[in-house]
Formats: sequence, structure tokens, C-alpha cells
Amino acid sequence: MEKEHGHGKHQYGMVIDLDKCTGCGTCMTACAAENNVSVRPDESDKQRSIAWMQLFKITNGKEFPHTEVSYFPRPCMHCNENGRGHHVSPCVSVCPPTATQLDLDTGIVSQIYTRCIGCRYCQAACPYKARYFNWWDGYFPKGKGLERYLSPEVSPRMRGVVEKCTFCHHRLMRAKTKAYAEGRREIEEGEYITACAEACPAQAITFGDLNNPKHKVSQLIKSPYAFRLLERLNTKPKVYYLSTKDWVRKMADNYLPGEFKPVTKIGG
Amino acid sequence: MEKPAYSSAPSSKNGFISSLINRILKYDKSSTFLPPFSLGGWIFFLAGLIPNLILGWLIFPMVLYSSQPQPMNFNHALHLNPDKVDGIEGDTETDKCLFCHEFREDGTFAGIPKLAKCTECHDDPDSPLGESAPEKAFLTNYVAEEKEVPWLCYSRQPDCVYFSHIAHVKMGEIQCRVCHGDHAKTEKLPVYKENRLTGYSIDIWGRNIAGYKRHTWDRMKMDDCAECHTKMGHEENNACFVCHK
Repeated sequence: MEKEHGHGKHQYGMVIDLDKCTGCGTCMTACAAENNVSVRPDESDKQRSIAWMQLFKITNGKEFPHTEVSYFPRPCMHCNENGRGHHVSPCVSVCPPTATQLDLDTGIVSQIYTRCIGCRYCQAACPYKARYFNWWDGYFPKGKGLERYLSPEVSPRMRGVVEKCTFCHHRLMRAKTKAYAEGRREIEEGEYITACAEACPAQAITFGDLNNPKHKVSQLIKSPYAFRLLERLNTKPKVYYLSTKDWVRKMADNYLPGEFKPVTKIGG
Repeated sequence: MEKPAYSSAPSSKNGFISSLINRILKYDKSSTFLPPFSLGGWIFFLAGLIPNLILGWLIFPMVLYSSQPQPMNFNHALHLNPDKVDGIEGDTETDKCLFCHEFREDGTFAGIPKLAKCTECHDDPDSPLGESAPEKAFLTNYVAEEKEVPWLCYSRQPDCVYFSHIAHVKMGEIQCRVCHGDHAKTEKLPVYKENRLTGYSIDIWGRNIAGYKRHTWDRMKMDDCAECHTKMGHEENNACFVCHK
């Protein structure tokens, strides 16, 4: 497996251990609360509702008692390449007004709502469906207390723009500000983690700098059980998954019959 | 070096605009390119142009911005004068500013001080600190009633903008006045002017509608931030997600 993140100074990334994930959905809730993700009057309409962190359920499709279930939390993958060897994410390479950028220093794919023109080209380009379009202005009904939950660190989105997971970029800024106050220029591991990683009760989500060999994420991605979603599209996502189950890893990409190689020997 | 033949024609070199000006100045009646203006034509043209320039460049900005006085005056120069006010300490100009406009422990900037900061010195309504009229008003209206002063903020940035003061003041060692102007030397607070349409202060957009600025603090828009980043050799900080959120 190719794991190269050598472009910038930092490459923030995430490792999600699917064996630990219980599918409770706390990451989704924590994300929505942290990032002012609005709710719709009808949240069951999944074509219109917004979830930066989406939870998918997969099964191995076998009859009881051989049924197995696994859950896939899916944030934005913050792809490093667009699949053609260019050092831009698939969404970044198509955005007409450059409202989204791949930050070379952090590896985070930004989304600037005031610059977005709402053409939704990025949504079409994203192989992971991690981008969501605001069909309406944010719905925070007054008097029900929802507006008091709004975080001043994240700007709420207006109608007609695309939004997505930003790896809680404001938390990076917060950690940097604190480091500056203490006279440091660099932040340490654990000072900047996303809201989903912090909230996960099973501690399935690990967040850190993939370029820093001391960080736990860069050790975890060396595991033979580590994989990425649709890896062969060559988008070089910075969100890794861990699963000891072969059928889960097989589902992460489209394999021809006999092409998938299960992990037989566990090596360092 | 031999010049190519086509560059010898002056008209193509001077361009369209200058040839147009030349035609107006020379007042070439034989030219069919531009109809020559008579004196009456010029008067007619200027009679339309000048009132519209006055309307657009002087009257419209006056109508667009509302003027609101601050709830009370604050004399920065007096407070920073060590002969008159004792206790505001600091080795540098920035440190003196930071005595009241301080950083919180987590590095965020507190901005305009709260009443608690003022009452560190102005604690007693009967003290000699309440001698002048604005001081008396401050003590009776706000300190005695424990009410925050509703200061109007000159530098409130739009919702989508993130700005870290500590990155600039502590790590970048930029003086406060580079962006905020020399408030330390003013005796009166400037009148707060708010854009009636957008609700933002005139200090963000700039006082000059033509966009001309004399000082670094005349305007605080995105291009001004980017201009300084580039000048200081921090072009990487011009990435979108550094200042947007």
C-alpha cells in the first residue's frame, strides 16, 4: 500500500478503527454541533439533509448466524491528489471560483462559503459524496434554543453554497493561538484533534499529523489492516480505516473477482 | 539594432486612449473618428458629470454611513501619559496597549476592555478619579450600576473572517497602530460610522470611496491583509483558510 504524504510540512489525517466503531453516531452529532451544521425540518430526507460526518452501515450480506455488520464513519477524505497525479483534490481541481483549496502546509481542503458560487461541480467530482449543498438558509428556529448552540468560531452557511468537513480547522487555529500565547510556534500531538475524534466514546478515531513519525496516526497507518476508501482512484485520501475483517476491506474498493488479496500474514 | 517596420507607427504605440485624448486636445475638426465638441457641448457634458460625481463621491457616502457617537469619550492620550496616570505599565508601546487590551490565557484577544478592567483603578465613585465630567458620568452611569459600557467596535470583521491577534502582535511583532491607527495619541474617540446596508464600520471599508489609502490603517479589507503578508514574506498566509473560517 502506498502511503506518501511528503508534500507539505504537516499532513493532518485521521485513522478510524472500524473494529472499535459501534455505530452510535456520536461523531455525527458532535460534528454537527461543533460546526453549526443546520438541521432541516424534515431530517429524514437524506437527499437534502447535511452531515459533514456521515455514518454508513454495511453488512456482509450473509444469512443468520453468519451476518456481520460494520459501520463506516465518513468525513471529508481531504484527498491529496486528484487521481491523475496532480497535487490537488478532485474537488479543488474543478472549482471555477477557487472557493476550495488544498492547503499545502496542513493538507486540509478548505471551503470558503463566501466565495462559493454554488455550481455543485465539486459535489460531482467528489468520489466520496462528502460535499453537501445548502438548498436553504440554515434552519435554527428562534426560541427553541438552537441558536444558542451556534459556535462563533465557525461561520454559518447561507443558501446556495456547498459545505463539507474541514477537519475542524478552527480547532487548529485555536491550538495555534494557544501555542503562540505560550511562546511556541509548533503545536503538539493531541492539542489539535477534531470534534468527532474527541467525542467518540469507543475512541475509534485517532487524529494527528501523518508526516510526523511520532504521532500515533502515522504508526497506525503502517498496519496491514489499514486501508482507504476507493484507494485505486489514486486520490490519496488522508482518512485511513482499520479493520481486521476481510469483507470490510474488500467493500472499500471495487475489486474484480479474485483480485482482492486478504491479509494472511501479519507483519510489522 | 534594426527596428521592425510596424513599430515605427506612433499611433499603434501610443494606444487607443492616448490617441483619443490627442484628438480631443487637438480639437481636430476634420476628424471623423470623434465628433468635435463645441463649447456648448462641453458645458452640457460637465453640467451632467460634475453633479453626478458630487452625488456619487460625496453625498452617497454621507447617506450610506450613519454616524454614531460612542456612549462616552475615552481619552487614550491621558491614560498613556505617565505624568497624569500612574499604573499603566509596559516597556514598549505594544505592552502599554496590552495593559488594558489584553490577551486571555488561551491566547485569544479580549478586544475592548470590559468594565472589570476599568474598575481595577476606577473602583470608588467618591475617589478623585471621578473629577472631570466624563469620569463622573462613567462612575455614576456604569460603575455604580455595574453596567458594561456599550462601546461601538471600529474593527469588527465579517462573520466569515478569522483573525488571530497574538499571531501578529506577539509572533509577528507588529505594532497595534499599523492596523488600528495611532489611537494612543488621541484625546477623543472618533465618531463611529456604520454602513447602513452591511452594518460594518467604515474603518473596514476605508474612509475614501476611491480606495486610496495614505496609512496602513486606513482600510482593513482582504487585499490589505494579503498585501502586508506578501510584503513581509509570508505568502503562505495568503491561503484562504488562514483568515477565513
